[in-house]
Amino acid sequence: MDFRTDRQRVEGLGSAHEGVGHWWSQRITSIALVPLTLLFIFPFARHLGQDYAAVRAAYANPFNAIVALLLIVTVFLHLWQGLQVVIEDYVQGKPARTALLLANTLFCWAMGLVGVFAVARIVFAG
Amino acid sequence: MAEFKLPKNSQVTIGKSWPRPEGASNVRAFKIYRYDPDTGQNPRIDTYFVDMDSCGPMVLDALIKIKNEIDPTLTFRRSCREGICGSCAMNIDGINRLACIWGMDEIKGDVKIYPLPHMPVVKDLVTDLTHFYAQHASIMPWLETKTNEPAGEWKQSIEDRRKLDGLYECVMCACCSTSCPSYWWNGDRYLGPAALLHAYRWIIDSRDEATGERLDELEDPFKLYRCHTIMNCAQTCPKGLNPAKAIASIKQLMVERRL
Repeated sequence: MDFRTDRQRVEGLGSAHEGVGHWWSQRITSIALVPLTLLFIFPFARHLGQDYAAVRAAYANPFNAIVALLLIVTVFLHLWQGLQVVIEDYVQGKPARTALLLANTLFCWAMGLVGVFAVARIVFAG
Repeated sequence: MAEFKLPKNSQVTIGKSWPRPEGASNVRAFKIYRYDPDTGQNPRIDTYFVDMDSCGPMVLDALIKIKNEIDPTLTFRRSCREGICGSCAMNIDGINRLACIWGMDEIKGDVKIYPLPHMPVVKDLVTDLTHFYAQHASIMPWLETKTNEPAGEWKQSIEDRRKLDGLYECVMCACCSTSCPSYWWNGDRYLGPAALLHAYRWIIDSRDEATGERLDELEDPFKLYRCHTIMNCAQTCPKGLNPAKAIASIKQLMVERRL
């Protein structure tokens, strides 16, 4: 038998006193992605199909390189936080939910770092 | 995963078709969800035929007529019959409504009536709302003050009183919370639109002195931030309120107190 009261069930483990930072960050990154995507897409599209040297020359311009880096960081931060919300919404059960949340963190950070590394390589290593 | 299919013992079967009224020319079919916990059988959809010439205009009129004249075992909650008690909330023609203030002229074809979605069904159209009420109780739905009680009443300006319009009218019928997918999937921890609308009603009250504590208690990934502004709550509210907007205002205050 479960003699817990209805109120006890609602109170649960209490408030985590957290969530506003995550929510605010999601709004900020989504808004930031609009100008960043536009700033990224124009030089990128212009050099699409050109040879490696031309692309290198384009990204030797610090503005282009920094926009690319900002876009990558913002995209993966946004993806990480967004997927977290989707997992929390739909995946029931603590073990599965925790495992997926950790997998999401690993995936997004790894992919983001790969992107950052790729840009750094184009810019510095050739 | 979230449950997208009904459990086996909740899957709905086709039920009984009750006899048509004799000598009636203006007859309308009602397809109503029936569940009797005592039989152990799956829920079923019964069909009733109502003579509309001798029936009132609201869905509740037809339900009462069915209970009085065709099938006294049909179970539903109702009390005030004018949209102020919130008892007769049910899913009518696919939308959560109060049966007493929802006119049958708004519905095309057969009238389909189900209990509020994703709630434990007690019997027929009656759902178990104990968790919903406990959630409402948890947001401290009362004026919380720290200043010594004034000799008269706690005063409020006309402008400050106006901020409660669109909030105080809520009758806790549960139409909004039970229409919210976030509440379906995580209703054990997500407070839902109704409780959050009430929370905001006290947060924004100029006389209340526990605003910070109220916000502290709500700041939680599940209690508050499960709301993704889906807006089903605002669409379904039989009183025309907008819980989604109240929740957005709470989120705004959460940010405001950190900036």
